[in-house]
Amino acid sequence: MVAPEQPLLPGEEVLGPEFERKAEEIIGQYPASRRSASLPLLHLWQEEFGFLSERAVEWISTKLGLKPIHILELVTFYPMLHVRPSGRINFKVCRTLSCALAGSHELFAQIRARCGATVAAGHGIYVSPDGSYSVEFVECLAACGSAPAMMVDEEEFERATIDTVERILAESREKEAAQGA
Amino acid sequence: MAQDGAVPNPTREHRIILRYADLPGYTPDIDCYLQHGGYQQLRKALAMDPAAIVAEVKASGLRGRGGAGFPTGTKWGFIDHAKNRKPVYLLCNADESEPGTFKDRQILYKDPHQLIEGMIISSFANHAHLAYIYIRGEMARGARILERALAEARAKNFLGANILGSGYDLDIFVFRGAGAYICGEETGLIESLEGKRAYPRIKPPYFPAALGLYLCPTIVNNVETLCNVKHIVEMGGAAYAKIGTPNNTGTRIWCVSGDVCRPGYFEYDGGAITMGELLYDVCGGIRNGNRLKALIPGGSSAKVLRAGEVYRIRRKNAAGAMEEVEMRLEDLPLDFDTIAASGSMSGSGGIIVMDHTRDMVECLDNLSAFYAHESCGQCTPCREGALWMRKVLDRMTGGQGRPEDPQLLLDLAGQIAGRTICAFGEACSWPVESFVAKFREEFESKAVAKEEQGRLQATH
Ligand SMILES: Cc1cc2nc3c(=O)[nH]c(=O)nc-3n(C[C@H](O)[C@H](O)[C@H](O)COP(=O)(O)O)c2cc1C
Ligand code: SF4
Ligand code: FES
Repeated sequence: MVAPEQPLLPGEEVLGPEFERKAEEIIGQYPASRRSASLPLLHLWQEEFGFLSERAVEWISTKLGLKPIHILELVTFYPMLHVRPSGRINFKVCRTLSCALAGSHELFAQIRARCGATVAAGHGIYVSPDGSYSVEFVECLAACGSAPAMMVDEEEFERATIDTVERILAESREKEAAQGA
Repeated sequence: MAQDGAVPNPTREHRIILRYADLPGYTPDIDCYLQHGGYQQLRKALAMDPAAIVAEVKASGLRGRGGAGFPTGTKWGFIDHAKNRKPVYLLCNADESEPGTFKDRQILYKDPHQLIEGMIISSFANHAHLAYIYIRGEMARGARILERALAEARAKNFLGANILGSGYDLDIFVFRGAGAYICGEETGLIESLEGKRAYPRIKPPYFPAALGLYLCPTIVNNVETLCNVKHIVEMGGAAYAKIGTPNNTGTRIWCVSGDVCRPGYFEYDGGAITMGELLYDVCGGIRNGNRLKALIPGGSSAKVLRAGEVYRIRRKNAAGAMEEVEMRLEDLPLDFDTIAASGSMSGSGGIIVMDHTRDMVECLDNLSAFYAHESCGQCTPCREGALWMRKVLDRMTGGQGRPEDPQLLLDLAGQIAGRTICAFGEACSWPVESFVAKFREEFESKAVAKEEQGRLQATH
């Protein structure tokens, strides 16, 4: 199974009406087959909770009238679907040729060092010991002309440097300080 | 600015698809699109007979821009609407994950309505009432832009029931992939859209036009291809066919990346510019004052071309007779046919440039890591072979090469191509075959153990 007996996350046991509404709207886009909504619902869940728990697999399969294995086999196939939380800030660096020629592998090493992402969390993801940061390599991000390409959570960055990374970290610290105040 | 191709090259570039995308002040909003003449071709198309639109697309000579260059009108013609009783689907392939290719993303992010208009016209022409845009998962921003644009189009009745009073109904939805390259292969894309792992289907019998989404007739076309349809309706197939050269009609967007001074994307008429002009005049030459060593002309699956190579190209001369000419790499006119005649392919239009300082074993190792990671795993030759080739290359770049390695690589590649369900088998073996054949001396020198660590893979 996905992971042994995970405790429910706060809020996960009660999926709000808004989540249910979004799920229904998505299912409505596939009139010929509810099964087509599997991947979109997995995205929806992951956006809401950060990763896909056992509960996600159960809930989505029940919702679509499928067996849990139908959902689980997607979770294990598609690289963007995660069964563990990644860092609070997740860096995805392109490792493919044009970016590599422009120094993306050096950038990856710099980010790892800067964020102390030393813990290998499987599938090439490195996490900082406190779980704040994670860094992973991804394949070509369709921005090869402005290499190296990087994504931070869902935001795309082109011609990324360690300065870009510093700026992102500073901004997130400011945001947190503002929220804390 | 010119750095990312944002400014059209004033001398030669002919922008049709990217005409507005990089215009200062141009936005993805529908109002902006309408101010620039948007949705006029939809009105024109809805007044036409769907079969007449297919005929115009055939007359235009448009070839698909997703990789294989298959004639779009012919593909559309495979559906027999007189006999067919099932729903027809149109799928836009916006998966853009072939390394070196970055054109579709520009269209999606900057001019989404152009694609939507192209899709509505194409759906109408093919009797489809439901269409999906399969966008790669990483492009979350692109998915949001498209969803907003689709909502705008719905609000103006360019989509939905009885479009502009024509009696034609259509809806389009966005479907996000989740990080797997094989979703770009059309039957893998269909499986993924059906809620399954993106395992390609074997062709025949699963040609999408016959047995596609939910085993119904389905047209799968690339983003750039579908945008072209709008312009074909605008200018008429015959006029469109005058752009470029016979069999290479219309414009193509070339993406240049790697070791050039000004990488970017550029739109030219078919055959209107040579490889040398693109690299040296448009992209400012090889960066850091280095020399060209090699380039991959059509996305990473295309066979590598080596600087200094001379090709014997068979082509039709002005009088229509076949002739054979010798051409250097720099002289190759950029079009489907000449690049194919050079022994490679123009594929998705992504040109990756490597300078003389690059280690070809490392470059191939980088690409092989991609293919080993992205094989869907259905066919043993592909799953095992791609990983095996990667392991050999990793070993070579890591300083543990063995004398038999170059031949081993060729043998492995030879055991994959032609023995698999989908063309990924060729995609992962062509780079290996061509790199080893054309840079044999480098592979041989790496085939001897020495302490070395690859620069491109240093951290992986
Ligand atoms: C392994 C593989 C990956 C592919 N990836 C893409 C892709 O990312 N985008 C695309 O448009 N076509 C891709 N294709 C080509 C599609 O299978 C299909 O030919 C294309 O979408 C048809 O559209 P067109 O006729 O407009 O070119 C890929 C093919 C293969 C074999
Ligand atoms: S060739 Fe490779 S990618 Fe294609 S179906 Fe077979 S295993 Fe999958
Ligand atoms: S190689 Fe990095 S974005 Fe394409």
